[in-house]
Amino acid sequence: MEQVFKRPECLIDVPFHFCPGCHHGTVHRLVAEAIDHFKIREKTIGVASVGCSVFMYDYFNIDVVEAPHGRASAVASGVKRARKELIVFTIQGDGDLGAIGIAEGIHTANRGENITLIFANNGIYGMTGGQMAPTTLLGQKTTTSPYGRDFTYDGYPIRMAEMMATLEGSAFVARVAVNNPANLMKAKKAVRKAFQMQTEEMGFSFVEILMSCPTNWGLSSLEANRRVEEEMIPYFPLGILKERKMADYL
Amino acid sequence: MVEQISEKILVRGNEAVAMGAIDAGCLLFFGYPITPQNEIPEYLSKHLPPLGGEFIQAESEIASINLLLGASATGVRAMSSSSSPGISLMQEGLSYMAGSELPVVIVNISRSGPGLGGISASQGDYFQSTRGGGHGDYRMIVLAPSTVQEMYDLTFLAFDLSDKYRNPAMILGDALIGQMKEPLLRRKPEKMDLPAKDWALTGARGRKPNRIKSLYLQEGELTEHNWKLYQKYERMKKEDIRFETVNTEDARFIIVAFGSMARVSKTAMELAREAGMRVGLFRPITLFPYPEKALFDISKRVKHFLTIELNTGQMVEDVKLSVDRDAQVYFYGKPPGALPPPEEILEEIKKYYA
Repeated sequence: MEQVFKRPECLIDVPFHFCPGCHHGTVHRLVAEAIDHFKIREKTIGVASVGCSVFMYDYFNIDVVEAPHGRASAVASGVKRARKELIVFTIQGDGDLGAIGIAEGIHTANRGENITLIFANNGIYGMTGGQMAPTTLLGQKTTTSPYGRDFTYDGYPIRMAEMMATLEGSAFVARVAVNNPANLMKAKKAVRKAFQMQTEEMGFSFVEILMSCPTNWGLSSLEANRRVEEEMIPYFPLGILKERKMADYL
Repeated sequence: MVEQISEKILVRGNEAVAMGAIDAGCLLFFGYPITPQNEIPEYLSKHLPPLGGEFIQAESEIASINLLLGASATGVRAMSSSSSPGISLMQEGLSYMAGSELPVVIVNISRSGPGLGGISASQGDYFQSTRGGGHGDYRMIVLAPSTVQEMYDLTFLAFDLSDKYRNPAMILGDALIGQMKEPLLRRKPEKMDLPAKDWALTGARGRKPNRIKSLYLQEGELTEHNWKLYQKYERMKKEDIRFETVNTEDARFIIVAFGSMARVSKTAMELAREAGMRVGLFRPITLFPYPEKALFDISKRVKHFLTIELNTGQMVEDVKLSVDRDAQVYFYGKPPGALPPPEEILEEIKKYYA
């Protein structure tokens, strides 16, 4: 009988520690499938960012370096500049990229570093217990915005993908979600495309993935998936924002 | 065998650092402009690309140190240079690199502080350099050159020592040593026997994946990791102490000074000798590991130590911790500004010389 579905080769056979209903496991799988697809496991380096994503080294069967909070894209750039034959990616959360590491993220994109950045946007600080993130929606209650995010106090949720797309250095920018099978299939294609851009040396590739955090949102898994659809996607529209067809140097 | 690369040339201290880095096989430099160290990135931005290396002017010192973290994780030699305020910004990354046991060379052509301070020579970063600087219980190898030749030689040594111990190493110079010109002989020292970098991230081909990290959450793991780091620092103290002594054999009085202050102190010592005083000079070259045992041994027969620093008193604490308990330790400090002339130090010697 033909096997049509299996664990990706570059995922270690251990259960994820992620909370029930969290999309991090799904995103790990999408990345792993892309690495398997291009048969690049043995030359791929992962950069673990600080947040729920830090345990990447427990799940991916690849070389991994851990970055300080917010600095993952700078670390990834350093790896790539040192050994250009390697494929380098990082998964950064919204606090990591949108707040403390926004300078490193922007400048990595602007330099056109040939790396892949997966931006895990769940609108909240998950690991530290549900504080307000730069991508927390207006009115959303968190442990540090107990009355709901108010733009007069906290400003507005940042749209990272739009920002990245304005930079000349970015080659591929997309925003996807994994809250239902149709979106998941599009997300899979976008992540694969991002890695393809890197293998073709097209420049900086960026995929923002809208994710759920049922634990810190105080919702069930299904309710959380619905919230992605009804509240997040309207503010963070899905789609491919930029796709370079030809590398700068061609 | 020492391998000579060039005839004697006249260069600035900062250029000597850059040449030392290239001759030591450093191919990557990441940095951010700041006075008084700009000759280092300027030289390397010109000379690294033709050698197949890379220079990136990063958006900040925070980015620089993290670019270095990534590059170092792949096992290549990489470096950054900065000056005091920029070095402060690098402390987070240095702590991570010490915790992750990554080799790296950082050059601090220090200026004066606190805050924006000024661009004159200062030794106010002694504590920051030798006590770890960032968070957590760690140490850096700290080398203090006092000539342009040493700027070159110690840069070379810093790469070797940081590889030997898988630990960050710092060159602690200052505006004076960085900016002045002196003759330099480019020469490769004898090859140090260095361990293979089997920990480096090169892609997990035919081997188990390598992990470079500083997060240890399982019970007991971090305790064990901290003791392991401690053992490394203790080994540095046994194997890699460096210092210079001048006229200490018959001395009755010792000046202790490092870096640019040691130069002025040496002249003051000569003036004191001319005046018939038996004064010697002790110059630590490794500020960490500190040459505490060498200083202790001298203090068994010499009982008067005058520490001279371009600050209000930092290394003097290490001198006090090192010497025998009946030895007297005096201090003469000059916070940033004009360097004290040798005659001023001579007056201090006269105060205590008995």
